[in-house]
Amino acid sequence: LTGTILVIPCSGIGKPFGTISREATYSVVEDLKKDETDTVCLSLLVMGDEETRNLIKTHQCIAVDGCPAECSRKNIELSGGKLAAAFRVVDLLRQHRDLKTQNVTFLDENGKKLAGIMAQKIASKVDELNRGGNAE
Amino acid sequence: VSSPPKAGVVSCSGEGCVQGTISRIATRLVLEKLRPDNTVTICLPLFLAGEGGERMFAKYFPTIAVDGCEKRCAKKAIEKYSGKTASSIVVDDLLKEWGLPEPQSRRELNEEGVKVASRVAEKIVEAMDEAFAARAQAARVRKHADV
Repeated sequence: LTGTILVIPCSGIGKPFGTISREATYSVVEDLKKDETDTVCLSLLVMGDEETRNLIKTHQCIAVDGCPAECSRKNIELSGGKLAAAFRVVDLLRQHRDLKTQNVTFLDENGKKLAGIMAQKIASKVDELNRGGNAE
Repeated sequence: VSSPPKAGVVSCSGEGCVQGTISRIATRLVLEKLRPDNTVTICLPLFLAGEGGERMFAKYFPTIAVDGCEKRCAKKAIEKYSGKTASSIVVDDLLKEWGLPEPQSRRELNEEGVKVASRVAEKIVEAMDEAFAARAQAARVRKHADV
């Protein structure tokens, strides 16, 4: 994982926000920035898994949260991780009120569009960080 | 009319592996389709990031942990922060028991992956029924003891 930026989505399960955060993350780590990024299970951080804690302390982390509870950002910070940026799907929805989405288990078209927009934002941040942009 | 009994189902949601995706989809299938009136859930990381009320979860509801892998984050988190689990399901163990290969994509389950998630969902429902039966039995014993 040398030089890799960790993109960590929330584990949101009750609303579409969490599903969008995960789809955006997978889009970045598997397509847009596959050689520069990776992800880890947030629940491993919750449980204090030593290997995962070491990873987030030694790599820049981008939190991608669904809702204002900000579980990803908070768990990265509580675990002593290097938080470089944080995004929230709920903020994105305010900017794109036309993209209403309902489905949680499998994203509908609007959910996929929102995930795509979020993925582009994360990818831009990855570029900025790789150019030496300031961490938060 | 009494309200239907509720059980908590908490998924690890493991974002790093396909078993986590299966655990999450299986939990959603129970919540949306199989037992919508009997199921409540919570995002696992809220046990740490929430405001404290979340930690009462397993005290209010018999709670089933649905984990992707042997690390059993959901079971451990529930028991560390909230209370004893009523049951624990591990997707990796079920795949081995059923002799099924690991579905390939953690991002989007293919048809086979959705079938596996549906089978896991049925196991969750079995665990819920056992938890409800155990609670009913315990209530009968208490009532009998009070008489």
